[in-house]
Amino acid sequence: MKKHSPLLSGPYLVWTAAFIVIPLLMIVFYGLTDKNGAFTWENVASMGTPERMKALVLSLILSLTATAICLVMAYPLALILTNMKIGATAFITSIFIIPMWMNSLLRILAWQTLLERNGVINQFLEALHLPKQYLLNTPYAIAIGMIYDFLPFMLLPIYNALEKIDQNVLDAAYDLGANKLQTFWKVIFPLTIPGMISGIIMVFVPALTTFVISDFLGGSKVLLIGNVIEQQFTQVGDWNVGSGLSLVLMIFILISMALMQHYDKGGETAGLI
Amino acid sequence: MSTKLIDLQHITKSFDGQVVLDDLNLYIRENEFLTLLGPSGCGKTTTLRILGGFEKPDTGRVIFDGKDITDLAPNKRQLNTVFQKYALFTHMTIAENIAFGLRIRKKSEAYIRDKVSYALKLVNLDGYENRMPDSLSGGQQQRIAIARAIVNEPKVLLLDEPLGALDLKLRQDMQYELIRLKNELGITFIYVTHDQEEALTMSDTIVVMNQGYIQQIGTPEDIYNEPQNAFVADFIGDSNIIDATMIQDRLVSIQGVRFACVDTGFGTDRPVDVVIRPEDLKLREIPEDAGEGSDAYEEALNRVRKINPGYLTGTVSHLIFKGVHYEMEVQSGGYDWLVHSTKMYPVGTKVFMSVDPFDIQIMHKPESEDEQAVGVEDI
Repeated sequence: MKKHSPLLSGPYLVWTAAFIVIPLLMIVFYGLTDKNGAFTWENVASMGTPERMKALVLSLILSLTATAICLVMAYPLALILTNMKIGATAFITSIFIIPMWMNSLLRILAWQTLLERNGVINQFLEALHLPKQYLLNTPYAIAIGMIYDFLPFMLLPIYNALEKIDQNVLDAAYDLGANKLQTFWKVIFPLTIPGMISGIIMVFVPALTTFVISDFLGGSKVLLIGNVIEQQFTQVGDWNVGSGLSLVLMIFILISMALMQHYDKGGETAGLI
Repeated sequence: MSTKLIDLQHITKSFDGQVVLDDLNLYIRENEFLTLLGPSGCGKTTTLRILGGFEKPDTGRVIFDGKDITDLAPNKRQLNTVFQKYALFTHMTIAENIAFGLRIRKKSEAYIRDKVSYALKLVNLDGYENRMPDSLSGGQQQRIAIARAIVNEPKVLLLDEPLGALDLKLRQDMQYELIRLKNELGITFIYVTHDQEEALTMSDTIVVMNQGYIQQIGTPEDIYNEPQNAFVADFIGDSNIIDATMIQDRLVSIQGVRFACVDTGFGTDRPVDVVIRPEDLKLREIPEDAGEGSDAYEEALNRVRKINPGYLTGTVSHLIFKGVHYEMEVQSGGYDWLVHSTKMYPVGTKVFMSVDPFDIQIMHKPESEDEQAVGVEDI
């Protein structure tokens, strides 16, 4: 068979260069230079101010929490979906997927209305004579927004991993004496680790860098590191500091992904003789 | 050898209203290599899954070693299964795969290590302990699946078309390997296949199934030489199945010609099916040049008549070289007879065709669809 012409990948290469590689290099350049273009670590080091450290720590806590809750919610749901008949699976999956067809801003705005001081949830609580909850503009509201927004990204990879497990493999485990629980922990769970890793990365990374969710549900009271960086670009207009902070965040993401991959390998080979 | 280890009693099973097994009765003896043979959808795999505990029969009991295990979960049964597509645990090393059942039973690590290396030696895969399943060939993976099952010392090993995914050469090697394993382990093998050659090679007993019914149970020789109905005859090996009339005991009329045979008890002037294996048909060239009545002609005819007083004349219409033998078709009386012979008769040759009385297999004609399916009453 004739090999495809390398020219075919041209548009993709141009796209990658123009919109991924060059911007990335620009961020590195801005992040490591001052206004006069001289090399400096200052932009990166400016992450160390108490206000920014607080935002970074809060971002890490919230995104880790949201990721953990997404995992805990998505795994059993994926298990239920895998064991359902085809029609029912399609129905439930679409319930989780259709909201993704809507603009994410709209979905977050909807949560604003729900969580407001006199919003739907509080009206409901009031009608039941229960104490009102003032969740909007707290970290809790941001966590709820993250979980709601990113749950499908956790659900789908886990569901796919579960779907791929051959029924014969499970039968083999029963056949060899394992009960349902042993089969889950020794066979199903390890086989879905790659799916969980994908899900964790796909939830953790956007959660760590979001500024939209915290803008709408955190008001100006709760600042995440995403908001801090956004402000540097849109309000302060200091591209150098904004880029420097972005670099720090990227390093956090790279470290977390490396950790996940390391853990994945551990999972694959755990329990060696 | 004669103890009943497993007894399947009146097993019925249907899926979505479709009957897969209908009142199946079968017993399996200790140390037997028993093969369930039949086309896809005949119920052989369902029978195996009922034995393994993966399916519950709608009615009927499964008796194992004198105990009713019909409702026992798969993980509580003293049998292990080798699955069609290996079903290895891809996230574990070979050693972990084999040790799976032993770990569940909380055996000591020293015991597990011994057992794993013993099992690997048994399947000729010494030294593969730390490999991952994906790095092994299909044949090797299948051997690991067998090792994983036998380390648990089951009384019975269930094998669900284990060689189905392997190529021909490997399949033949594995057949010998399985027979050796069975003899070394001294346990019962229950083997499911649709490959009649595989069944004939390995089994002590073959159970031929079709449409949820057992068609015939017997040794490979019985099944091959004395098929009880047209389905079995057709399914096992090549055969000529033709309409005939049983004139009286030991005399059958095929295409209007009277042949001696050895079967009795079919009544007189009864329509029957006759099975003749292609290798049992004897051909002799008709010396045409000499002409009818000549010495050469009479000599040839006498030789043919020595085999059986009855004979047919026909013309070779097809000829294929098959390695060990020639495969020919001989047209006679409007029927194309399949003939296997080590002697070659070119296309167009006029031949006498005869068959030893012992090689004519007479079968009752099925009177109804149902009878066609049942075939065997008592086992």
